[in-house]
Amino acid sequence: MRFRAKILDVACLNHFTRVINTIAKLAKTCTLRLTPDKLYFILTDKVANGGVSMWCELSQGNFFDEFQMEGVAAEHNEIYLELTPENLSRALKTAQNAKTVKIKLTNKHCPCLTVAVELPSLASSSRIVTHDIPVAVIPRRLWNDFKEPSVPDFDVSIYLPVLKTMKSVVERMKNLSNSIVIEANLNGEMNLKIETDLVSVTTHFKDLGNPPWVSDGDSQNSTQDRDPETMAEARVDIKKLQQLLAGQQVNPTKALCNIVSKRIVHFILLHEDVYLQYFIPALA
Amino acid sequence: MGRGRRFAREVLEEPGVAAGAAGPCSRPHTPRLHCAAAGKKTACTGRHEASGCAAMKCVVVGGNVKVLGKAVHALSRIGDELYLEPTENGLSLRAVNSSRSAYACFLFAPLFFQLYEAGGPDAHGELFRCKILMKTFLAIFRSLPSLEKTVSKCLISLNPRASRLVVQLHCKYGVTKTHNLSFQECELLQAIFDKQLCTSTLCASARVLVDAVVHFPVTLAEVTLGVGPSGKVSLRNYVDEETEPSKTMVTELCLSEDEFQDVRVPQETQITFCLKEFRGLLSFAESSNLPLSIHFDTPGRPAVFSLEDPLLEVHLVLATLADSSASSQAQTANGACHKRVPDEDFAADDLESYMIAMETTTGDEGAEPPPSPTFPMRCPSPATALEAERSTLDSDKDEDEDGAVPGTPPQKKFRSLFFGSVLIQAQARAHPTPSQEVLAEDSEGEC
Repeated sequence: MRFRAKILDVACLNHFTRVINTIAKLAKTCTLRLTPDKLYFILTDKVANGGVSMWCELSQGNFFDEFQMEGVAAEHNEIYLELTPENLSRALKTAQNAKTVKIKLTNKHCPCLTVAVELPSLASSSRIVTHDIPVAVIPRRLWNDFKEPSVPDFDVSIYLPVLKTMKSVVERMKNLSNSIVIEANLNGEMNLKIETDLVSVTTHFKDLGNPPWVSDGDSQNSTQDRDPETMAEARVDIKKLQQLLAGQQVNPTKALCNIVSKRIVHFILLHEDVYLQYFIPALA
Repeated sequence: MGRGRRFAREVLEEPGVAAGAAGPCSRPHTPRLHCAAAGKKTACTGRHEASGCAAMKCVVVGGNVKVLGKAVHALSRIGDELYLEPTENGLSLRAVNSSRSAYACFLFAPLFFQLYEAGGPDAHGELFRCKILMKTFLAIFRSLPSLEKTVSKCLISLNPRASRLVVQLHCKYGVTKTHNLSFQECELLQAIFDKQLCTSTLCASARVLVDAVVHFPVTLAEVTLGVGPSGKVSLRNYVDEETEPSKTMVTELCLSEDEFQDVRVPQETQITFCLKEFRGLLSFAESSNLPLSIHFDTPGRPAVFSLEDPLLEVHLVLATLADSSASSQAQTANGACHKRVPDEDFAADDLESYMIAMETTTGDEGAEPPPSPTFPMRCPSPATALEAERSTLDSDKDEDEDGAVPGTPPQKKFRSLFFGSVLIQAQARAHPTPSQEVLAEDSEGEC
């Protein structure tokens, strides 16, 4: 098992750092899956996470100038590692003006992802900072736990409002309530509601637009038959929603959510070349 | 500055300054001091009424106000109390941390001030010194930007008869803020250290070190500074023995020799010290633009960080970890570590781990330093010392040195001082060598 990658371009480095920062806000530990073409950050829906799950996919070619990997075996040319993304975020934080950043899988006192940053310096030789991030290699027999989630059979799919606005609304609501209701209909209307003993607050968003999903079979019929005014709703933990929004440092190219009434809210955020899916289960 | 130092030595070499009532002060005065009692700038005749002794008065103007403020900020990273002492060499501000593993001293020369009057000694011939709650003093200089923008003059004065230290800030628009601080009289706080005894020196601009330290998280407690072959200098976060290595990220930064202004390190060494306290000095150094010197020796011996300027002298003394696992590589690489160790203490020592004499009371000083949770003041009985030695001989690996010594307070690295055979030697002699001390009160030394 080998892995080496190098970033030379400053813009790519900044972008990669932003992605890692987003992941770090969403998950304390997660799985990094490496394939010859892509990197995936995966979080499965364990009880410890509060039932949220995440799937983030990046094309390595968009970030790395060099990327070589050798998986566990020829026919299973992939590597699955468990790591704490916060460590990676910290390592990259002070690397923003680096000449090069190399990431490789090493075996120090334990398996590590070593980030070696070459920084400019006034002296003749560059300054090198290495960060050894401990990781755990996930054996092949557990790889099935990390399959790509399928898009659920949703009741309503709707584009999200401008994330900055949504974020500030949710942040203020967080002070008042632990849970928030997300509801939307096929008319491009979405409401965010909180209700406590003392107060209830609703923020209405209009003209958001509904993404055209091409699906086969019953699901399409059901959405077509659905009354466009009827709201599909789910009550979720407000902190989880706030974490998702807080992690978005730049407005994505595409942002939508699929609501399965009273079951789950599925967010899809596409930012240039990074594809993020995030599931928040509804509260009982 | 040199003249001031000479006077200081004279003063300190006369420990028993005549106690007693009003009368001519037996200590020498620098003619520079303005004797308020005389009311004019004449050469001091040396005659003072004790009660009429001039009170301390210092005036800082202009950009120096911010420098003073920054010094207070740096000291606040060390301890909870600010020790203030006007001397003939200048005003000294010092702090020590609760575990006595860090000591800092800022000495502002008289020329730093627009007006500097150290004040005369009191009835007992003692120079005034006091300690003030750091929180209180820091609050006056809390906002550095506003100090810079609005304060034109800072006056620090004391009337020995009053019970308040007065800090007065003269600000823009005719506003004067007067702070009356209560203080406590205190003993002299003086760390014993001698930079000349340190075998290794590194000197770099503060900028280089600030840029180096930025890669480590703000919460990191300890950092290991190592100098390898070919002058390569490395900084690495120190990972506790108790922490799971498979859970901790290790960051290491390598700097080449040419980034330093001076590298005089006779052999490979690694020292581990507290980063938090160092950061305080670093940020002061960065703003002052002075090169920072690091004087160190073998692991376990204190490291001295200093900044020097005609107007200001800053010293930060930090205890370093006497950690055998950290230093074992340095040891096996060359046994020179042992050479430097005084034979009397370690002649019989055949243990690998690096042993440092503990901080003990020096028999000649009357006062015993207060018992510190960090550096145990009392020598354990010979029985326990032997036990300690035996148990460490038995342990093959680098076990927690604390575990080897019964009765030591738990888990604070910088007091993991090893009692082994040093103690037996120490007990054999009346007074342990004072140079082994890290910190002590009521002692002579350079600041």
